Amino acid sequence: MSDLLLELFSEEIPARMQRRAAEDLRKLVTDALVERGLLYEGAKAYATPRRLALQVVGLPAKGQDVREERRGPRVGAPQAAVDGFVRSAGLTSTEQVKVESTPKGDFYVALIEKPGRPTVEVLAEILPAIIRAFPWPKSMRWGAASRETGSLRWVRPLHSIVCTFGPETEEPEIVPFEVDGIASGDVTYGHRFMAPQPIRVRRFDDYVAALEKAKVVLDADRRKEIILADARNLAFAQGFELVEDEGLLEEVAGLVEWPVVLMGQFEERFLAIPGEAIRATIRANQKCFVLKRADGTLADRFILVSNIVASDGGTAIVAGNGRVVRARLSDAAFFWETDKKTKLEDRLEKLKSIVFHEKLGTQYERVERIAALAKELAPVVGADPALAERAARLAKADLVTEMVGEFPELQGLMGRYYAAGEGVEPSVAIAIEDHYKPQGPSDRVPTDPVAVAVALADKLDTLVGFWAIDEKPTGSKDPYALRRAALGVIRLVLENGLQPKLEQFVQLIYSMYLLRLHTADLFVFMHDLEGKGHISITAYFTDDERFFRAVDFSKPAYICRPRDKNDDRNSEDSLIITLGLNHYYEIISEIISAKSLFELLLAFVHDRLKVYLRDKGARHDLIDAVLAPVSPSPPVGEGREGGTAPAGSMPAVADGIGTPPSPSLPHKGGEGPHAPAADDLLMVVRRVEALGRFLETEDGANLLAGYRRAANILKAEEKKDGAGAFDGAVDYDLIADKGQIEEKLLAVTLAKAAEAARAAVAAEDFEGAMKALAELRPAVDAFFDKVTVNAEDPPVRVNRLRLLNALRAATREVADFGRIGG
Amino acid sequence: MNAAPAVTMSPDRSFQGLILTLQRFWAERGCVILQPYDMEVGAGTFHPATTLRALGPKTWNAAYVQPSRRPKDGRYGENPNRLQHYYQFQVILKPSPPNLQELYLESLAAIGVDLALHDVRFVEDDWESPTLGAWGLGWECWCDGMEVSQFTYFQQVAGFECAPVAGELTYGLERLAMYVQGVENVYDLNFNGGEGDAKVTYGDVFLQAEQEYSRHNFEHADTQMLFRHFKDAEAECRALLDKGGEGERHLMALPAYDQCIKASHVFNLLDARGVISVTERQSYILRVRELAKACGAAWLRTEGGGVA
Repeated sequence: MSDLLLELFSEEIPARMQRRAAEDLRKLVTDALVERGLLYEGAKAYATPRRLALQVVGLPAKGQDVREERRGPRVGAPQAAVDGFVRSAGLTSTEQVKVESTPKGDFYVALIEKPGRPTVEVLAEILPAIIRAFPWPKSMRWGAASRETGSLRWVRPLHSIVCTFGPETEEPEIVPFEVDGIASGDVTYGHRFMAPQPIRVRRFDDYVAALEKAKVVLDADRRKEIILADARNLAFAQGFELVEDEGLLEEVAGLVEWPVVLMGQFEERFLAIPGEAIRATIRANQKCFVLKRADGTLADRFILVSNIVASDGGTAIVAGNGRVVRARLSDAAFFWETDKKTKLEDRLEKLKSIVFHEKLGTQYERVERIAALAKELAPVVGADPALAERAARLAKADLVTEMVGEFPELQGLMGRYYAAGEGVEPSVAIAIEDHYKPQGPSDRVPTDPVAVAVALADKLDTLVGFWAIDEKPTGSKDPYALRRAALGVIRLVLENGLQPKLEQFVQLIYSMYLLRLHTADLFVFMHDLEGKGHISITAYFTDDERFFRAVDFSKPAYICRPRDKNDDRNSEDSLIITLGLNHYYEIISEIISAKSLFELLLAFVHDRLKVYLRDKGARHDLIDAVLAPVSPSPPVGEGREGGTAPAGSMPAVADGIGTPPSPSLPHKGGEGPHAPAADDLLMVVRRVEALGRFLETEDGANLLAGYRRAANILKAEEKKDGAGAFDGAVDYDLIADKGQIEEKLLAVTLAKAAEAARAAVAAEDFEGAMKALAELRPAVDAFFDKVTVNAEDPPVRVNRLRLLNALRAATREVADFGRIGG
Repeated sequence: MNAAPAVTMSPDRSFQGLILTLQRFWAERGCVILQPYDMEVGAGTFHPATTLRALGPKTWNAAYVQPSRRPKDGRYGENPNRLQHYYQFQVILKPSPPNLQELYLESLAAIGVDLALHDVRFVEDDWESPTLGAWGLGWECWCDGMEVSQFTYFQQVAGFECAPVAGELTYGLERLAMYVQGVENVYDLNFNGGEGDAKVTYGDVFLQAEQEYSRHNFEHADTQMLFRHFKDAEAECRALLDKGGEGERHLMALPAYDQCIKASHVFNLLDARGVISVTERQSYILRVRELAKACGAAWLRTEGGGVA
């Protein structure tokens, strides 16, 4: 078995690209080898700022020999055909092929033997191609070669290539190839400053050792370990603690080949700046770590990682870095002092110039919506509506401060500092910081009611906005972090035990988005609830309560232009058109109804809920079972109805002004596909939990078995009698008259249990509902034990099937048992 | 002026000594040493010796000091690091030589940066000039955590692929001088290398200018006039490009490009005056870029641009 060593030595590779590049190199080379039948035992790739290296061990010295028998033309075929066959088999005369007799006749057969190619040869062929097509996020051309089109591209100029191959016991050979004038060899170079001389290498082991001697630590993870250990020790020795930062550590390890950790200092007066801002400054600009004192506050020190062992022990390097850090902190101090001179409230006007999203308007408009929503949400989450509104108004004001302009990652946090400095109510200050939270599955969830109201409003506004313009996440693409926003809603609701009526709030925000579409010559109309006419969105301005009472959110909205610009009607604030809309207005386009939008959004939230619960260890089939529709469900495996199709979405409107109205898509109003109050995420989760516990009991397991038996029988019989054949009510008289005792027992228990389960679900008592169903178990067991469903007497048979159907329906009060797996 | 005055040209004790050292260093390596371009530009890259000469197949090695104006960066002389007028030392080598990094490090050594004592690093910094329709890949060069130079391999200029690619080095002279002189405030830099009465500082030379130009840039520049100048420069650039075309050739690429430079600077002034909104800003940048592209296209039809 032989090993491969490959090193691509270049000018400095951006730190953020190194790890990925090493991984790409490993995958591309090993995939290409495997594709050519060359299996290997192991492969590992490495990166430093100046090199990518790859070690592949346990490769065969050559590929497998291939023997193939190829059948040619029939004996007696025209000579030209026979000659052609011989040639194609790589042979020279007919004497080299044999004749094989088959029931179909005699045929020429050639034995083709292809010896396996030496691996070195294969490598020399695949490596140049991989290097030429390497998937750098950004690559460049350089030097005299770049006169020609098609010259080699690399992340930065590539200087040399080491490529050796051979068995462990022998002198490896150089895999000979050339890429744009760079010939492979066995020479590399050490550290740029400390050991720049050429180094001859043989295989991976001596390569790593030689580099180490030449002040290069090849493995990025080892460089990280060294930095972390040295930084911790250095901090500890002086009575401090390192503020760890994995992202920074990864980056710094990609900036040095030989890490040397040093400590610098800055003036204590800078500690008046918020610690997070100090850290952001030092981190972003200087790529240095900060330290904590024993009491948890920031120390006036920083840790830097240099790339050389300096001849003065690092004194000059520390002094130089210290000067830059001080200059940066002077800037930060200036930002901090300048920002404090303007109140957050006085910054709101400036938000008008910050575009949140081209189609969704400015941050100012966003704040208007979030404030209105937070105020409405406040009572539901136990917050003071006035405080929630105020917090929402101030929540984005720090976006126009100097500090956040410089360090966007400090948004929210700086707002809290500035708000606290102005002496606003503490819960408002907290909400300003916390309304961005939670930012992911492990981020802290706000608990202060005001913060919860604003955080929910912020996320709902984002979700509704992007759903309205049909910008949803696809595959791995989620540029607006909508999955995170949905998870945020879920965590805020569940972890605070809240039950907001999400649909109502979605209607509110959507109405505000629609308001935005109302311009000087464009009007937005919605159906009224009585179906007699249309209400202009402008009516919302004057009386939002009446507006919400009168509008039919299950119907689409229309963007219209008045036919007569001078029509007085257009100037009215509250506009109700009872005659045909078309009479006064030209309909420019139709847009999705609030209800449809909500259903689409809810389906997305449910998907995220499944992921969330699964991460918490819940069974994902139970979630499906609970979320399944209440009305007769399709069997497992046949997709569930997923909301209604969007009837044209907002961008079509915004962009399509002047185009003829789009044909109205069929709108499926009426019954929603979701279980009742599917937007009550808390109840969904409680139900999943209760169902899980129930199924773990013997009663639960047996009832599930009984359900399945009933469902299977019904399925088989429905095939004969047609779907819905057993939907009718159970004929109790018939049972009383002709039924067996077990049948009577089931009928009675079932009626009672179904009623009890329904009542318990209505009272949100899922344990109770499960208990009610558990009562069914002995009756179900006895029924299947003694009763023959397919009785001879047709009416009895149908009635028994109806009874089973009633059993199936009863379980659906709690969940769709048909979706429970395992 | 008989006796030699008490001055030193040592690059670590004299700003002009630093400049002279760099000029000598690059002159000895075959560069044409040019003088600053006689127009207001935002960066050394705008000099036609870089922007235009980076285009086309001809070999070109040059170095020069370029005063650079960034009206928005003025701080009335009150900030120790920020200036609305400062010096860049610019080196352009086309095609980029294989040892460009080594040459750069040697130039640092020449101005007194001991590479055994200081931590020099090449940190990713992709360069892009939206106004010039240009981009390149390279680094900012750090010395003990301070950015002292920009190092770029031009990939595209004026919307055209560079073939061959030029390497560009830009030294921020004030920063570098502050570093080697060990000074915290730019105005304290020793300009002439003199001591005692003979010493002239950067502040002696430029502080008053920084104060006056900050007033001009932020408060008093006549915006109506500037809007007019922008339009005039744009129109003149187009007119010259129009009139200069003669068959395959172009005969006035350089004068046309001057107007592009002028438009760019006027835009910077208007921007500093705060009279250009966010959305307008983008459209002004685009307008300058269109001029730069057209000038680049014209240059490629000249002898300097490679037409025989």
